[in-house]
Amino acid sequence: MSEQKNSFLEWIDKRFPMTATWRAHLSEYYAPKNFNFWYFFGSLALLVLVNQLITGIFLTMSYKPDSSLAFASVEYIMRDVDYGWLIRYMHSTGASMFFVVVYLHMFRGMIYGSYRKPRELLWLIGMAIFFVLMSLAFTGYILPWGQMSYWGAQVIVSMFEAIPFIGETLHNWILGDYMLSDAALNRFFAYHVVTLPVLIVVLVFVHVIALHEVGSNNPDGIEIKENKNPETKIPVDGIPFHPYYTVKDIFGVIGFLIVFCGIIFFAPEMGGYFLEYNNFIPANMLQTPDHIAPVWYFTPYYSMLRAVTVNFLGVDAKLWGVILMVAGVAIFCFLPWLDRSPVKSIRYKGPIFKTFLTLFVISFFVLGWLGTQPPTPFYTLLAQIFSVVYFAFFILMPIYSKIDKTKPEPKRVTK
Amino acid sequence: MNKIKIFLLVVCMVPMALFAAEPGMPLDKAPIDTSDNESLQRGAETFVNYCLTCHGASFMRYNRHRDIGLDNEIEVLEKLIKTGQKAGDLMLTAMRKNEGEEWFGVVPPDLSVIARSHGADWLYTYLRAFYRDDTTVPGWNNLVFDRAAMPHVLYELQGEQKLVVETVDGKEVKSLELVKPGSMTVSEYDRYVADLVNYLVYLGEPIANERKRLGIMVMIFLFGMLGLTYLLYKEYWRDIH
Repeated sequence: MSEQKNSFLEWIDKRFPMTATWRAHLSEYYAPKNFNFWYFFGSLALLVLVNQLITGIFLTMSYKPDSSLAFASVEYIMRDVDYGWLIRYMHSTGASMFFVVVYLHMFRGMIYGSYRKPRELLWLIGMAIFFVLMSLAFTGYILPWGQMSYWGAQVIVSMFEAIPFIGETLHNWILGDYMLSDAALNRFFAYHVVTLPVLIVVLVFVHVIALHEVGSNNPDGIEIKENKNPETKIPVDGIPFHPYYTVKDIFGVIGFLIVFCGIIFFAPEMGGYFLEYNNFIPANMLQTPDHIAPVWYFTPYYSMLRAVTVNFLGVDAKLWGVILMVAGVAIFCFLPWLDRSPVKSIRYKGPIFKTFLTLFVISFFVLGWLGTQPPTPFYTLLAQIFSVVYFAFFILMPIYSKIDKTKPEPKRVTK
Repeated sequence: MNKIKIFLLVVCMVPMALFAAEPGMPLDKAPIDTSDNESLQRGAETFVNYCLTCHGASFMRYNRHRDIGLDNEIEVLEKLIKTGQKAGDLMLTAMRKNEGEEWFGVVPPDLSVIARSHGADWLYTYLRAFYRDDTTVPGWNNLVFDRAAMPHVLYELQGEQKLVVETVDGKEVKSLELVKPGSMTVSEYDRYVADLVNYLVYLGEPIANERKRLGIMVMIFLFGMLGLTYLLYKEYWRDIH
C-alpha cells in the first residue's frame, strides 16, 4: 500500500512540485519558536477570508442586485432560504471580524517592528490587502440597500466631488448616474463579488510567498536566520511550521470561533455596531437620516474627514478632510522608513516609543468613537486634537525613534 | 509605564463621560418575552386586525406562524387571514400605495423589520403616547414621534389622552393625562400593546429564538473542542523549550 502511495507521489512530483511545495511552505518552513498570542491573527485573517468567500457565494445565489429588490431579497435570505440567516450573519459578522483581526494583525507588526528590513515589501503588500479589504467592505455594505447603505455610500462617493477640476465628472463616472442609484448598485455588486475578491486572494497569496521568502519576525525582533546550526543549516530558534504551528493555530481558530459564533448566535447586530439599526429601513433617496455614521471600522477615518473645518492655502476644507483621511490610512505604508530605532521589538524600545504608541492607540479608539457620534463643536475639537496625536506618532517617529533609549537585543529568542 | 497608560486612558475617558449625548424623551421598557407563544398569538391577531389594514409585513408568510404555535393551517387561516389569501402567501397590505399617500401624505411603512430599526421600547412607548391635537391633520399627535402621520388607531381601546405641559425648575416637562377612558383599563391596554410589540419583535427576526437555541449547542461543542485542541497543542509542543 505504502509503496503504491509513494509511486503515486513520485508520479505527481515528476509533473508538479507537490512534495517540494509542502516542504518549503509547511513541514520545512522554520518559524521562530517564541510566537505569542499576537501571532494568531495572520492565520485567523485567512480563516475569515475563506469564510467570506464561501458564505458570499451562497448569498449571491439569492441576493438581487436591483435597487427595487435588494432589500427584500436580503430579508428573503433571512426568512425563506434554509439557514440563510446563518449564512448572512456569518458574512456580516465576518466583515466586522475581518477588520478586528486585521487591525490586531497590523498592531502586532507595529509593536514587534515586523515592517522593518527585510520585511518592507511584505508590509506594503499587506497594506495593499488592507486597501482592497476597505473597498470590499464599502462595496459590500451598499448591497442590502438600507438607509445607512445608501447614505453612507452617498457620503463616501461625494468625496470624489471634492477633487478639483475633474471631481464632478469622476463622481458621475463612478456612479453611472448623477446620484447613487440602481446603476451604481449593479456595478458595486460586480466589484464586490468579482473584481475585489480576485484581487484580495491574489494579494494574500503574494503576501504569504513574500513572508516565506524573508521568514517570520518574532516578539524579540531578532533574525533567527542569523543563527543557524552549522550542520543542518536550520535556524536554532526555528521550528517547522507543520506540525507545531498548525496545531497551535487550530487551537487559536477554536478560540476565535467561540467569539465569532458568540456574536453570530447571540448578538448578530452587536449593539448596532456590526449591523446598524437604521439599515433595517429600506433606502429612501428623498429622506436623509438625521445622523449618518459609517460602520465602526471606518469611523476613525470618518472622524478625520470631519475634523477639518477651515479652508486654507486656497483649498476647500472638504478636500483637506479627504486628504487627511486618505493620508491616515496611507501613512502606514511609510512605517518601514520612519522607524530609525536600532531595535525592532517594543521589548527593547524605550519609553518615548511606548508613550507615542499608547497615545496612538488611544487616539485611534477616541477617533473611532467620535465617528459614531453626531458632530458637535466640542467633538470636532476632540477629533482635531486626536487627529494631530494620530499623525504625530508617524511624523515624529524618525526623531523620537532615534533619540529613544533602547535596551540591547538578545542573541537568542526569549520566552 | 503601566501607570502612564492608565493615566492617559482615564484622561481620555473623562470628557466622554461628561459630554455623552443626552437622551431625548425617555422610553418605557417594553415588558416582552418572545418565548411566550400566547402573548405572540394575541399580538399577531391584533396586528392582523389593526395594523395590516394599512401596513404590510411583506417579508413574512402566514404559515411561518408555526414558529409561535400556530402549526395547524386551518387555525392560521381562521385566526390570521381575513382577506382570502393562502397560507403560504406573504402578509401584504390591502391598501394600495397611492391610497396611502392620498390619505396620510406618506405610504405607511412596511412593518416586517420595524422592531429591528426602532427597537421594542420605542414601539411600546410610541403606541401608548398618542394625544389629541387639533392642530394636526389626523387630529392626533404623539409624544415620541412629533407629528406622526398615523392617527391613533387603537383610541377606542385606550381612550383619549391630553398633553400636559408643566414647568419644573425652569424646564418644560411634558406628560400625558387620560381624559376620556376607552374600553380598556390602563393596565389592560399596556398589556395589549406589549403583546403587539412582542409580536413585532418576533416578526423582525422570526428565527431569533431558534438561533439562540442552536447557539448554545454550538458553544458547548466549541468549548469541548477548545479543550481537546489545547491538549493536542500541548502534546505536540512538549519538547519545545
